[in-house]
Amino acid sequence: MSLVLDRFTYTYPETGRPALRDVSLRIAPGEFVVLAGGTGSGKSTLLRAAAGLVPHFHGGEAAGRVITGGLDTREHGPAEIAAVAGTLFQDPETQVVMGTVGAELAFPLENRGLSEAAVARGVEEAALALGIGQLLDRSTHELSGGELQRVALGAALAGRPRVVLLDEPTSQLDPVAGDELLGVLRRLNEEWGTAVVLAEHRLERCLSAADRVVAMRDGAVACDADPRAFLAWAHDHAPELQTPGARLFALAGLRPLPVSVKEARRALGRATSAPERTGAEPAREAARPARARARKPPGEPAVAVKSAWLELKDGPAILRGVSLELRPGERVALMGRNGAGKSTLLRMLAGLREPTRGRVRRAGRVALLMQHPGDYALHDRVADELPAAALEAAGLAGLASRHPRDLSGGERQRLALALVLDGERPATVCLDEPTRGMDRGHKDALAALLRRLAEDGTAVLVATHDAEFAAAFAERTVLLGAGRLVADAPTAEVLGGGWYFATQTARILGGGALLPEDGAALLAGADAPAVELTA
Amino acid sequence: MIYRRRASPLHAARAAAASLYCIVLASVALSFEHPAILLALLATVIAAAAGAKVAGPVTRAIALGVPFALIIALVNALVVRDGLTVIARLGTVPVLGLLDITAEATAYGGVLALRALVVIGCFALHSAAVDPDDLLRAARRVSFRSALTAALATRLVPVLARDARRLHEAQRCLARPPASRATVVRAVAAGALDRAVDVAATLEVRGYGGAGRPARRRRPWSRHDLAFAASAAALAALGTAAWLGDWERFTAYPLLSAPLDGARLALAAALAVCALLPFADRWGIEP
Repeated sequence: MSLVLDRFTYTYPETGRPALRDVSLRIAPGEFVVLAGGTGSGKSTLLRAAAGLVPHFHGGEAAGRVITGGLDTREHGPAEIAAVAGTLFQDPETQVVMGTVGAELAFPLENRGLSEAAVARGVEEAALALGIGQLLDRSTHELSGGELQRVALGAALAGRPRVVLLDEPTSQLDPVAGDELLGVLRRLNEEWGTAVVLAEHRLERCLSAADRVVAMRDGAVACDADPRAFLAWAHDHAPELQTPGARLFALAGLRPLPVSVKEARRALGRATSAPERTGAEPAREAARPARARARKPPGEPAVAVKSAWLELKDGPAILRGVSLELRPGERVALMGRNGAGKSTLLRMLAGLREPTRGRVRRAGRVALLMQHPGDYALHDRVADELPAAALEAAGLAGLASRHPRDLSGGERQRLALALVLDGERPATVCLDEPTRGMDRGHKDALAALLRRLAEDGTAVLVATHDAEFAAAFAERTVLLGAGRLVADAPTAEVLGGGWYFATQTARILGGGALLPEDGAALLAGADAPAVELTA
Repeated sequence: MIYRRRASPLHAARAAAASLYCIVLASVALSFEHPAILLALLATVIAAAAGAKVAGPVTRAIALGVPFALIIALVNALVVRDGLTVIARLGTVPVLGLLDITAEATAYGGVLALRALVVIGCFALHSAAVDPDDLLRAARRVSFRSALTAALATRLVPVLARDARRLHEAQRCLARPPASRATVVRAVAAGALDRAVDVAATLEVRGYGGAGRPARRRRPWSRHDLAFAASAAALAALGTAAWLGDWERFTAYPLLSAPLDGARLALAAALAVCALLPFADRWGIEP
């Protein structure tokens, strides 16, 4: 077995509640297992236990057994387990410890005492497998988040471990890089027989590659089944874990629930992903969400950028002649690949960067919530950050005595958002990748909060890689590519017709609807196909 | 200051040779007191930085060191009672007593300041032009844990600087007056512990402390490895000979004597030539 957990229970130091409760799990060589579950369900702790960090590194109390790649974690520490298990955490910035990419890939191999030739070969193979051969001589300080994540994965895979443990590795990647990374994992799994254990919130990305899905709830295994059985279980017991495709089928009353886009399309009798414009067109048009047809709100822009360039001295141009207007009450998603210039554009709107050419006009304050919400709270107690009324409004009154660093990711983000909204009412609110690492419940709550802000007349701009969130929240989507604005249109148009920047529902229906609810209405309007799939 | 591989002979040399070169250059500066020779060495360090295409960060580091150097000069002038040429009588000062400022103590303070600037320049050159990963790999064979700890401690500095920049930017996004610099620094320092824990967890899962010493890397010595090793050897030999033979003829106390003749100028020129000659070879320097 690649990984065995035998009645494993674990409690972090100074916490009363176990993070893992009586978990038993057996993962065979060559299996691809997806760990599903909400925030705090125990996915990360399970991976840390498999890597030997729990309890060796974190301390706390453990009972039961974990055997990774044949090594019992009670007798072997994380450094020894590293020889059989490659581990990748969520934040790539803290996972790169060397100065250059080549040295980073070589580091785990050198730590195993491999010969110079074996190290060189391992580095070369890991670089080729991850498509980072051209980065080998680059300094790790110069890499984007996506590049860093691939380098960290390369370091985890160098030396071909028997099992790979990954904690939301795609959360900071754009859809293209995320798909590429999952493709690499699939190849490792299929061609090398490496067991893969992948914790992920966006299940629609990885379910089709999985042999099994283990759903965690309150530190215990709630479901351990193949993807199709998992979807059926999620429909009945954990709707928040359903993929958009499964939700679409469930809402439309179709069975069985599809594991992949391909399977869903086959079930619906659509052979290709090209949008169809005949037959069901009127029904599709009728079902198209109102926001797709929404007109531009009237009035002066809350913020406007005109022909803005941002060029670095002795460096590249980050933004190239971007023009953009946001009107009061508009909800806009900003999408694009890693390094396309999204964060820079948000900084420019907020006045943190000035354009080297072009201009920015602001009708009022532009509040910006950057990628690390923890950066906003500098005091020792939540109560010292904001007045009681503001904490109450943000739903944080019960946490007033806590240290901001002890808050969960969602709570920390609510606090940061409350901080940037505190004081003079902003005309525009910008958020940079607010949904990374968030489960669906938290995403829905955030979308609702942003909608409320927009209803009060605030223009809201969210940079995100999450097409599902963009579809749920935004009426308009702007696509950046290499610093240029390549699309600016209603969300239904941008996310309905793309290959990578598209929701799963749009992929299934060929762009007729973005969200499962709209898709189900579309299917109800058209003649529902007779679905007979073999389980 | 962050290392970045550039197309220069010093960057092309192996870390051990490049590091040795920088350290010997700093040691030579510490062995001389003649202001003309120290000035020549300072110019040599800046020229070497230009040859390594890191003149900007190195001169910035030297400029940042100027206040520190001035403090050294001032303290020496105020504290040292040697020297016969009194240039100022400040009377009796509490704690320090009778305070006579002498030309010799002032001049020697300047020598110490100049020497500090050369040493700062050498270490700035080391930081900007010597591959820390390569150096760490070489050092790990000798003392794995100490080398890694030292390298990671130095690596944490740019990480924390980046954190501080981010925190500062976040404060600028708030409607309320931004937090004081002290508050930001305190928050960065508190966050450093979290950072260190995350990095330590990564080290564990990358097998740090597992099998032990990394295998020896057998790389043929390149022309740049040889050139900088030879330059370091020549500088060390010249410095040792000059020190043993008292070639600089510099005395600060009781009366200042710093002859500036052909021999001293030749010594300064020889040091500069030894240090800068490896930069003339531009073959095979691309990363």
